[in-house]
Amino acid sequence: MVGTMRVAPNAVPHRLQLSGCSGQGGIVPVITPPPLPSEDKRWKIVNGTMRKNGFARHALIETLHTVQSSFGFLDDDAIRFVALSLHVPLSQAYGVATFYHYFTLKPPGKHTVTVCAGTACYIKGADKLIAAAEKRLGIAPGRTTPDGQISLMTARCVGACSRAPVVLCDGEVAGEITREQMLEQLERWAVE
Amino acid sequence: MTIEELEQIAKNVQQENAKYDYEVNVCMDLACASQGAGALKDALVKAAEAAGKKVLVRRTGCMGPCSHGPLVRVDPEETLYRHVSAEMADIIVQHLGGSPVPELQCDLNEHFDKQVRVVLENAGYIDPEKIDDYIAHDGYKALLTVLTEMTPNGVIHRITESGLRGRGGGGYPTGLKWGTVAKAKGDVKYVVCNGDEGDPGAFMDRSVMEGDPHRVIEGMAIAAYAVGASKGFIYVRAEYPVAVSRLTTALREARRHGLLGNNICNTPFNFDVEIRLGAGAFVCGEETALIASIEGRRGTPKPRPPYPASSGLWGKPTLINNVETYANVAPIVRNGGKWFFSMGSERSKGTKVFALTGKIANTGLVEVPMGIKLREIIEVIGGGVPDGHKFKAVQTGGPSGGCIPEEMLDVGVSYDALLKMGSIMGSGGMIVMDDTSCMVNVARFFIEFCMTESCGKCIPCRAGTAQMYTLLTRICTGAGTMDDLALLEDLCVTVKETSLCGLGQTAPNPVLSTLKYFRNEYIEHILDKCCRAGVCQMAAIEPENEVVA
Repeated sequence: MVGTMRVAPNAVPHRLQLSGCSGQGGIVPVITPPPLPSEDKRWKIVNGTMRKNGFARHALIETLHTVQSSFGFLDDDAIRFVALSLHVPLSQAYGVATFYHYFTLKPPGKHTVTVCAGTACYIKGADKLIAAAEKRLGIAPGRTTPDGQISLMTARCVGACSRAPVVLCDGEVAGEITREQMLEQLERWAVE
Repeated sequence: MTIEELEQIAKNVQQENAKYDYEVNVCMDLACASQGAGALKDALVKAAEAAGKKVLVRRTGCMGPCSHGPLVRVDPEETLYRHVSAEMADIIVQHLGGSPVPELQCDLNEHFDKQVRVVLENAGYIDPEKIDDYIAHDGYKALLTVLTEMTPNGVIHRITESGLRGRGGGGYPTGLKWGTVAKAKGDVKYVVCNGDEGDPGAFMDRSVMEGDPHRVIEGMAIAAYAVGASKGFIYVRAEYPVAVSRLTTALREARRHGLLGNNICNTPFNFDVEIRLGAGAFVCGEETALIASIEGRRGTPKPRPPYPASSGLWGKPTLINNVETYANVAPIVRNGGKWFFSMGSERSKGTKVFALTGKIANTGLVEVPMGIKLREIIEVIGGGVPDGHKFKAVQTGGPSGGCIPEEMLDVGVSYDALLKMGSIMGSGGMIVMDDTSCMVNVARFFIEFCMTESCGKCIPCRAGTAQMYTLLTRICTGAGTMDDLALLEDLCVTVKETSLCGLGQTAPNPVLSTLKYFRNEYIEHILDKCCRAGVCQMAAIEPENEVVA
C-alpha cells in the first residue's frame, strides 16, 4: 500500500477551473467533480455522502466511513477518488485513512471475529481468547486467513463491558463467551 | 412548538397509556439485546394478544443491573424480572395483575436504594425512539422555559449556581466554561458534544445516547442559547452504531417538532445539530484532537492556549462538553441550581454515573450521589466480589486513571479525592479486580493501550510509552531488574510532565498508582521471579537471561 499512491496527471484540472472568474476581483470557483471510478452503484452512495456535505473538506472522515461501509475497506482508488472530490491533498486523505484504527486498507474475510480487548474484557480473560483464536487460525490480530474465510480483529472496547468477555461474530455481540464457544464458532465458519 | 403544545403532547401520551392496564418494559440496551431481548419483546406482545390483556410492551434503555439481564419491569407494580427469555413471556403475561412470578423476581433493593437518578431518570421508563415519550417525562420543557423566560446570562448563572463540573473526567466547572464561550467575541460559535467514549471499560455515555438521546440534544440546545451558538456537533464513536442511529432518529424527530431548526418556539433562536463519527482513536477524546477530527483531519492535539472556548472549531469559539454533562443540564434548569447543589460532596456536586464492571456480582450502570464511599458502591450496590475471591483493587478513570486498593475504599468519591489517591474520576468506568489479577500486568495492559493510541505528535508520549511498555514487559516476563524499576519510575515523571496533551500526561497514572499501592508485587516479579496471581508467565528465566538480570 505504502508508496503506491500516485496522482494521475489528468487529475489536476479537477481542482479549480478559473473560467468562472467574475472579473470583479472575486473568484467563483467552478468545481468539476471527478468521474466515478467505475460503474459500481456503491460509488453513487459515496458521492451522496459528499454531496450531502456540500463537498466540504471536513466531510473526509464521513465519506471514508461511507466507503468502508459500502465496500468493506478502503483501497487506493477509493482514497484517490474521495481526495479529488473533496479537494483534499492525497497525503491528508491517506494520513486520515491510516491514522484511525477503524479504517482498514485490506479487504476483510468472509467472516470476522472481533475480540474486545477493553479493560473489563481483559480482566476477564480476553487475552486468552485472542491467543486461542490466533492459534486456531494461524494468523495475528488484524489479519485474514489465506483462504479469505475468517478475519481476526481486536476492538478497543465495544461498550458491552458488563457482559465481559465479549466477542463480536460478524458484528453480533456475544457476551460472557468461553474459549470453547468461540472456537466452535470458528470451526463452523471454517468448514463453510 | 410552544409550552402549551408540549403539555398537550404529554397529555395525549398519558391518555394513550391509560388505555392499557399494564406496562411491560423490556430493557433493550446492548447487554440485554445481546441475550435475546428483541425476541423477548415480540414474544411478550404475542402473549399479551393471545391472553386478551391490554398490555403496553415498551422497549427501553438500560435499566442498570446488566448482569441480571435480560431485564423486564412490569408497571404499575414496578416488579423487576431477571434472566427472562422469550419462552417465559407467557408466564409473565399470565401473572399480570396477580402475584409476581417468584422464580424470575429480581430482588435488588439494596442495589437501587443507594442510587440517586438524575441523568438516568428516564432510563428504563421511555422508548428512546419516541420523542413523545420523552416529552411526557418533562422533556424539552427546560428548553422552552429557557427560550421564553430566561436570558442567556440567567442560564449560565443557574448552571454556575448548581456547581456542575465537567463529567468527561477533568471536572472543569461547567458554568465557568459556558461563561467564557459566551463572552468570547465572534458571530459564529459552536457547541460540541463529546461522545467519543474511548475509555475501555466505560459505557455510560453509550447508554445515555442510546437510552435517552433527546436529553443530550436538549442540553446542547440550552447550552447553545446560553453561549450564543446556532450550530452543534455530536461526535460519536463509530463503534456505537446503535447510539448513532438513535441520535439520528432523535434529531429528525426534534426537527419535525420544531425543537431544532429556525425560530424555535417562535423566538429568534436557531439551532441545529449534526452527527460526526469518530473512527477509533482514543486521543480524539481530547478536545483539540476532537476538533481536528470534526474538521476531517487526523486527530492530533494542539497546545493550549488558545483554548477551544476562544478558538476552537474552524477557529471559532467552541463549547465542548461531555455527554453526561449535557444530560445534567435539563434537570438543573427544571429544578434549579440549588437543588443540584444540595446533592454531593463539598466540591463535587450532583450525581455521577459509573459503569461497574470486572470481578463484581452486579455489573452494570449505577448513578450515585458524589461523596458516596467507594466501599458502598462496590460492596452494597455492586454486591461485592463473587466466587469467594478477595477484592484487590478498583480501577477508575481508564488508561488515564489509577488502581485504588482496599484500604482506600472508605474515601468518598469526588474529583479531588480520586486525584489525591493517584487516580482520576474519568468518564466513569469502574473496573473491579480480585486476587486473580496481577497489578503489574494490568499496568502493562494500560501502557500498551496508551502506546498504541499515542498519536505520535510529541516525543515523550510516543517514545516514552513504548519504553515503559518494554520495561514492564521485562518485569512481567521475569527479566526485570531493580534498575529497570528505577528507570520506569523516572520515565513516568518525564512522560507525565512533558507530554503535550492529556493522553501522555496521564498515561503513567496506572503505573504510578500500582507502584504506590502494590510495589511489593513489582518487587516479587523482579527479585523472586514470581507472580502471585499466576498471570505472568516467567518465561524469561533461562540461563542466558539470568546473566542479563
